[in-house]
Amino acid sequence: MPEQLTGAQALIRALEHEGVDVVFGMPGGAILKAYDPIIESPIRHVLARHEQGAGHMASGYAHATGRVGVAMVTSGPAATNLLTALQDAYMDSVPVVAITGQVATTSIGNDAFQEAHTWGMSMPATKHNHLLTSADDIPDVIREAFHLASTGRKGPVLVDVPKDVLTATMTWHRPGQINLRGYKPAVAGHPKQVKAAVDLIGRSERPVLYVGGGVVAAGATEELAEFAEMLGVPMVTTLMARGAFPDSHPLNLGMPGMHGNYAATTSMQRSDLLITIGARFDDRITGDIKTFAPEARVIHVDVDPAEISKNRFADVPIVGDAKAVLKQLIAEAGRRGRQPQRTKWLAAVHEWQETYPLEYVQDPEGPIQQQYVIEELHRITGGDATIVAGVGQHQMWTSQFWKFEQPRRWINSGGLGTMGYAVPAAIGAKVGTPEEVVFAIDGDGSFQMTGTELITASFENIPVKIAVLNNESLGMVKQWQNLFYDGRLSQTELSPHVPDFKMFAEACGAVGLRAEHPREVAAVIEQALAINDRPVLVEFKCDPEAMVFPMVPAGASNDEIILSREEFMSREDAS
Amino acid sequence: MKHVISVTVENKPGVLARVSSMFARRGFNIHSLTVGPTEDPTLSRMTVVVDGPEMEQIVKQLYKLVHTVKVTEYGPGEAIEREIMLVRVNADAKRRGEILDAARVCEAKAVDVGAASITFEMTGTPDRLADFLQLMSTYGIVALAKSGRIALARDQKTLKKSQKSA
Repeated sequence: MPEQLTGAQALIRALEHEGVDVVFGMPGGAILKAYDPIIESPIRHVLARHEQGAGHMASGYAHATGRVGVAMVTSGPAATNLLTALQDAYMDSVPVVAITGQVATTSIGNDAFQEAHTWGMSMPATKHNHLLTSADDIPDVIREAFHLASTGRKGPVLVDVPKDVLTATMTWHRPGQINLRGYKPAVAGHPKQVKAAVDLIGRSERPVLYVGGGVVAAGATEELAEFAEMLGVPMVTTLMARGAFPDSHPLNLGMPGMHGNYAATTSMQRSDLLITIGARFDDRITGDIKTFAPEARVIHVDVDPAEISKNRFADVPIVGDAKAVLKQLIAEAGRRGRQPQRTKWLAAVHEWQETYPLEYVQDPEGPIQQQYVIEELHRITGGDATIVAGVGQHQMWTSQFWKFEQPRRWINSGGLGTMGYAVPAAIGAKVGTPEEVVFAIDGDGSFQMTGTELITASFENIPVKIAVLNNESLGMVKQWQNLFYDGRLSQTELSPHVPDFKMFAEACGAVGLRAEHPREVAAVIEQALAINDRPVLVEFKCDPEAMVFPMVPAGASNDEIILSREEFMSREDAS
Repeated sequence: MKHVISVTVENKPGVLARVSSMFARRGFNIHSLTVGPTEDPTLSRMTVVVDGPEMEQIVKQLYKLVHTVKVTEYGPGEAIEREIMLVRVNADAKRRGEILDAARVCEAKAVDVGAASITFEMTGTPDRLADFLQLMSTYGIVALAKSGRIALARDQKTLKKSQKSA
């Protein structure tokens, strides 16, 4: 006997069929009907306090687990609130499925209560989207959404569900075969190009493996390690690729680019071959693109053909999944036998590392340096934590100073640079990997954007830990004003008094801790790690004047890398 | 230089919005865009004439749209290209004969004749339409509506023959 379901029941069942174990969201008028079958469903629902938070939670979940994160919210303002999180996931290729309520199909276009043109607004912020018009389509459309989100270049997919589609009755059926004529994501690379790549590698004298988030997304980190060791070539790991290759490995130079370390940035500049895998020549990596890596030829492996030769011409383009292509490259390189030694190149790179390490000085009398907190946190956890950052100075310091050894243990907003990402993304990550210690490292400015999600963490029993590196300012913007606007600070100083982060945490049902002096840092971290039945927030009163170095000024060539404030000032004086 | 791209897309609601939104978002310039049915009712064909040097990116970005099935870029001579236009020209009784003669030579068809103007319908290659407009501008063009270009690839056999003879 065919089973009759409401559209709402069919929607929740379709999510169950996709193996969804948690939905992050918030109910409201148009989506109300879908919240009724949630009561009986085995799917856990995490009630966010703001729809942007729900979206970042889904993203954090997806980063930590590799599975599709799901957010469900109502129409109108809820859908517009979600947009930031969708654009964020789109820029970083994070698999997210968003379900939004919509006014009834009969009211669409009427400026009905809580109506927004979600389909139109989300179109440029998603990989694909769909406005449902019939309850019968639900199983197929949901199947399609998960397929699109999780294959090829991953990304967010939105399904807009009008109220009358949720209330209509349909005969339940399992989804049919996916029928997307124009969607055929590449898997294996072209064998001819693979051969050409290995040829080029064999002839290169100063190669660098330039690795981006695509390697993590493709689950290709083991293949990457095998290939890197086989070649013996130094590697840079972009902001999105931290953890794709162990930082403890001598070939890993760390992060290149605007706040990358000297060796990573300069090795790319001096290279004669960039072996690019799952990276996209973002402006934060290349600086002025015209003067970027002037002597380098480029091998570019990417699952998205549109990334190849978009910003930088690729001499050898390879369209394919990073894991599949790395296997092909390994096999081909294996057939060729020994790689050239490149002793001189490795020595040059090593010398840059030795001469220009990342540095800071912690005065034992204070103020607390942000880098010191990160290093202490790493020491005390033994590095065994999933680290989630907001956006700003703290994010750059964390990427620089944390030693990442595994993929999916570093979660941040790269492409969009969404302040406020850390707290909700940490919640999502903790829900997805409850056995891991999830520590958000946030700035005071970034935290204040979405800090109310701490209430979600308490209420839903999600014991995340949050370090707020409080420098009483919008530090990164202040840094630019200090360096490039003659120190004329405009709207970048936040209050040293409000909010009281400790009291704020307590008010949200979390434990609030504070360290004001370097000697208190280790103790509060130990304390925070000992609490596992509630969320914990630790405020570190940090140096308001600290700046992130190295730095390549926006639009400048990577050759103009600034190593310290003193060096910048002496350059200014000289000019 | 203008390029002609033929885009076969799934005939689904909103597909025109997806294509035009992508062009707007990526900052690609559209010279003209037409859309209509094909021999297969599940597919539509868009013919886009674009300006600018980013052809490779445009084609790739079009392919990224889930509902895009095929993108073909036509080089000079590879496709039959046509446009249709309606043009109203100033024409008092004195000059009517002269204008109609010119139109006959250009194969433009008078579809409406009024006291002070004549409206022509003309179908042809973009160049021929431009030539006729140039000619008519001496009399004064009152109103103009153009369809934008449509294009179909030449039959491969014909293409080879014409390339040989050319």
